[in-house]
Amino acid sequence: MRFDLQVIASWIEPESKVLDLGCRTGSLLAYLTREKQIYGTGIEIDENAAGEAISKGLSVIHGDIYEEIEDYPDNAFDYVILSQALMQVLDPETLIREMLRVGKLGIVSFPNFTHYKNRFQMFFTGRAPMSKELPYEWHNSPNIRVIPIIDFRRFCRAMNVPIVKEVAISTHHHDEKGRVITFLPNLFATFGIFMLGQPE
Amino acid sequence: MSEYIDHDSTGQSIGLVTKHTFTFGESGQGISLDSGRSLGPVKLAYETCGTLNSDKSNAILICHALTGDSHMAGYYSEDDPKPGWWDIMVGPGKPLDTDKYFFICSNVIGGCMGSTGPVSTNPETDKPYGTAFPVVTIGDMVQCQRHLIDHLGIDKLLAVVGGSVGGMQVLEWSVRYPERVRAALPLATTTKHSAQAIAFNEVARQAIMADPKWNKGDYYESGRPEHGLAVARMVGHITYLSDESMRHKFDRRLQDRVELSFDFEADFQVESYLRYQGNKFVDRFDANSFLYLTKAADYFNLENTYGDGSLVAAFSRASCRYLVISFTSDWLYPTYQSKTMVKAMKKNGLNVSFCEIEAPWGHDAFLLPNDRLNGLLTGFLDRVTADCGIGGAQ
Repeated sequence: MRFDLQVIASWIEPESKVLDLGCRTGSLLAYLTREKQIYGTGIEIDENAAGEAISKGLSVIHGDIYEEIEDYPDNAFDYVILSQALMQVLDPETLIREMLRVGKLGIVSFPNFTHYKNRFQMFFTGRAPMSKELPYEWHNSPNIRVIPIIDFRRFCRAMNVPIVKEVAISTHHHDEKGRVITFLPNLFATFGIFMLGQPE
Repeated sequence: MSEYIDHDSTGQSIGLVTKHTFTFGESGQGISLDSGRSLGPVKLAYETCGTLNSDKSNAILICHALTGDSHMAGYYSEDDPKPGWWDIMVGPGKPLDTDKYFFICSNVIGGCMGSTGPVSTNPETDKPYGTAFPVVTIGDMVQCQRHLIDHLGIDKLLAVVGGSVGGMQVLEWSVRYPERVRAALPLATTTKHSAQAIAFNEVARQAIMADPKWNKGDYYESGRPEHGLAVARMVGHITYLSDESMRHKFDRRLQDRVELSFDFEADFQVESYLRYQGNKFVDRFDANSFLYLTKAADYFNLENTYGDGSLVAAFSRASCRYLVISFTSDWLYPTYQSKTMVKAMKKNGLNVSFCEIEAPWGHDAFLLPNDRLNGLLTGFLDRVTADCGIGGAQ
């Protein structure tokens, strides 16, 4: 399992209720179900990925996260996870508020745009940066948001959403190994992972 | 449901199967129906395959679609030209695996394949019921299936599976007898017919009733309304396909001719195909049964029956886990109807999975070979089995 998902998994209490938004083929849900006996459910828009997840025996709804999250009652879950999908979210504020309505805690992870390699690329080549974490050209990228870790913190402050926990890591996109970055994370971390609490 | 009964390309089959019957409601008033009328005695034709385990916990009920029957898989005899209607799904090593589970499929009441219906003898007149047969509902069909399950000594079904009108029975089971179902798999179905679906059924019924031979349902001695029934089937058949599948199968190709006839012969392949399907259907089906079964499907309205108009309230009765499946090109029971039921299940905190399968073949897609469908059913049932700690056939 990807290193960022391992970090997220380590934050989840056993036997809790988990909603994984954009769960792909369900590797995190499968891990949490097996190792932590969680009650998990996922939402995935891609039929192949959703079908594969259901075929693994996971509970998954094939559909759009914005529409599907609306149907859950308040506080239906202990954790709502949005892993590496925030870059593609049209209205992050609405989605994060929905996450914190249906879940007690929200967990968000995203590639840190201001990683030093991106900065160097932009500075020295004058071109839009491409990296293993964000491997697209400007014209074919599904990622409509670029998110620096410090900007995400500011965004949470502006929404009055408390950051309960925060870890910055350095790992490549699909790597199973990585390390936690404590020194200048906005410069040296490839991913930021945040646990969000209820708005104040 | 159309005529997709086909041999499995893998050659795997459950082999020979037997049609059984079970009769109940013989004494007193019989069973009481949703209409307030009673019916008795009631006979159900059914088939089983696989082996029931010692604690009877691996039983799966399969519900057939509108004009299907109890013959789900295998063959009645060595020289039987066709297997049961879902032979591609039910058998050893198949998604509905007879090595693991015990399957039951019964013909619905109101049908004409061995269960009590308008063609059965009315004990009060010693003649076929005809239209004296009471109007039955999906709920009545399920009530009768429950009598059969009781008779087989099965306390709780591992799963109830079915597509189309069979899927309606699955939904009905899950809210009518929630304590007796662990998992429900409604495929290509709806909690209530749209006006469009009712409209097509009404045209089909009118075709039967407009045939002079129908004779208000009293035709068992005078000759059957074959033409009306064939037209009814043709109407139904159109709704089971899709624009794309008809274009792929027939387009505007001519049948056995190189130019137009300039009369009312079947010029086009699609006309010829519909006539063939209509005529073939007449050989195996009863016109009055068709009226009763389409009416039962039109009357089905889960939210009104169980939730005072609220689907969320209706599903608050349920406790099983669900796997809901729809198909992209199904215009008889489109995906939005499946999404509506999934939404109501989620609002009740039920454990639900949903997948809309990309398939060009219209409503009939659930009866056709499909690796995606196979994977979903296998994985879902494996998980239900594991979570319930259920042993396989012994």
